[in-house]
Amino acid sequence: MLDDRYDLAFRLYPYERSADQDAATPVRHPVVVLGGGPVGVAMALDLGLRGVPVVLLDDHEGVGQGSRAICFAKRTLEICDRWGAALPMVEKGVVWNLGKVFHEDRKVYEFNLLPEEGHRFPAFINLPQPWFERYLVERIRAAQAQGAPIEIRGRNQVTSVEVDEDHARLEVETPEGPYSLEADWLIGCDGAGSPLRKRMGLDFEGRVFEDNFLIADIRMTADFPTERWFWFEPPFKSSGASCLLHRQPDDIWRVDFQIGWDIDREKELREENVRARLDAMLGEGVDYEIVWTSIYRFQCRRMRRFRHGPVIFAGDSAHQVSPFGARGANSGIQDVDNLGWKLAAVLQGAAPEALLESYDSERRQAADENILNSSRSTDFITPKSQISHVFRNAVLDLAEAFPFARPLVNSGRLSLPCTYDGSPLNGADALPGGPARTRPGSPCPDARLGQGFLLGRLGQGVTLLTLDCALPEGALPEGVTHLALSSDDDASGALAARYLGEAAQAVYLIRPDQHVAARWAAPEAEAIRVACDRLFGREMT
Amino acid sequence: MSEFVTDPNLADPDGFYADLLAAHEGLSEEESAAFNARLILVLANQIGAPETLRAALAAAAEAGARG
Repeated sequence: MLDDRYDLAFRLYPYERSADQDAATPVRHPVVVLGGGPVGVAMALDLGLRGVPVVLLDDHEGVGQGSRAICFAKRTLEICDRWGAALPMVEKGVVWNLGKVFHEDRKVYEFNLLPEEGHRFPAFINLPQPWFERYLVERIRAAQAQGAPIEIRGRNQVTSVEVDEDHARLEVETPEGPYSLEADWLIGCDGAGSPLRKRMGLDFEGRVFEDNFLIADIRMTADFPTERWFWFEPPFKSSGASCLLHRQPDDIWRVDFQIGWDIDREKELREENVRARLDAMLGEGVDYEIVWTSIYRFQCRRMRRFRHGPVIFAGDSAHQVSPFGARGANSGIQDVDNLGWKLAAVLQGAAPEALLESYDSERRQAADENILNSSRSTDFITPKSQISHVFRNAVLDLAEAFPFARPLVNSGRLSLPCTYDGSPLNGADALPGGPARTRPGSPCPDARLGQGFLLGRLGQGVTLLTLDCALPEGALPEGVTHLALSSDDDASGALAARYLGEAAQAVYLIRPDQHVAARWAAPEAEAIRVACDRLFGREMT
Repeated sequence: MSEFVTDPNLADPDGFYADLLAAHEGLSEEESAAFNARLILVLANQIGAPETLRAALAAAAEAGARG
């Protein structure tokens, strides 16, 4: 009944009997999260820290093996930092800035991510997914100790779901037999193959790319530098259309071979065949140990809607992209960031249920952006016709000789958070001369403030940020935190460049997920109140 | 932005045409296709402006459709 689908890297939540299993009638919970992957665990943590009681069900007792998601982007680390979980990730992870692009046996060019100054976190870290999940679960344990109402139930497999207008009823199998429970809100974080999505018979639309990736984690003490190496049409034997080499912590390296669509999975995963590929790539006499291998096939598609009554989907269950650009787990964490405060506000009576519609529209917009970018990368890396192959190689030939062609080389456009242009939650953009990067809908860029950073000063709730000006009397809405800053607080000038631009002063209304809701040069109290109502969806009813 | 030019703009049409053919001299079909692709990308970068490039794509498609 309860079969293991994979081996565990860390056993983090062993099965324990819950009081619900002995209840005479099914217990109703405000929120149940399905799936203990990075997105589900993050969802439980975000809600729990907001005081929303949440139960997470996972059919295993911990985290599966393999580096899998591996690249965690700056925005993800910023979100994790708000939860108090980012520092161990950065400490464990590998930071890289230099990337090299090869075509056959030649280096086409190299690039430096050249991270912009004045950010708390690097553009990317390489961290095996089990470690990412482990740090989130450790943070949950610490939060539980301080009273956060989070419960993780390992070895709890959902066997049926009945969705009503205002709740869902679940049948759950455990090592000690089945039980039932109910949820006002059910959040599906159960991955690309989402059993919940299938059970509800929901659509999943888009392109399926018929290509397979053989991925391997290998341990070796080679003196390859800490760089991202990407090959188009690698010269080593049977390596496929592309190849990626990435460094991880603990002397482990990640290799991705794109091996085509028509393959014998079992044969390709045999150790001697994996070794043949690796030997050809690494050269003679390199000693390594294979730690983990897998083959996966990717898709670029999403659900038509992410919310279906009391059931909400987040992460891979709602949308999937190609691996190029690290937009999978990173976008899932942004889903959580977007949904957590909204669901908490609805449950705590601060917002109407209509606010949740904006989760659906904003995160569909983000998914479309991610799918667009990753489809374009895929079309460049794996040309679909002879002429697209000709143009692709023309770009690579030109990029080797001339800088102008380098921006056309697309080995994955690295994950950036979506700006929610046109969102119904966006208020006034009344800051003449204000920078485009902080227009309403934008994720707030970080800036250094003395010993700390701007994003660290934004709390869990709504913030009204004043820059080089005062608030009018009585203009601070209830429940909103005022953060008064001066452009002198950041001697580098980055704060002023990112939030003032040409303007002399500014007021920003910032959402709990650190996106800009509205901005003004000198707002009246009424304008702030209107924007605050709008960001909570109180105008929608 | 510059207007899309459909009137004659080449200072020496015959000379350019001869240069174009000369550049392809001795190339295989495959090499010619690769050369053309590189040439299009180099010229596109000279133009730069997205609307001019879109107009050029449309003009090339339109002329072919008339044939």
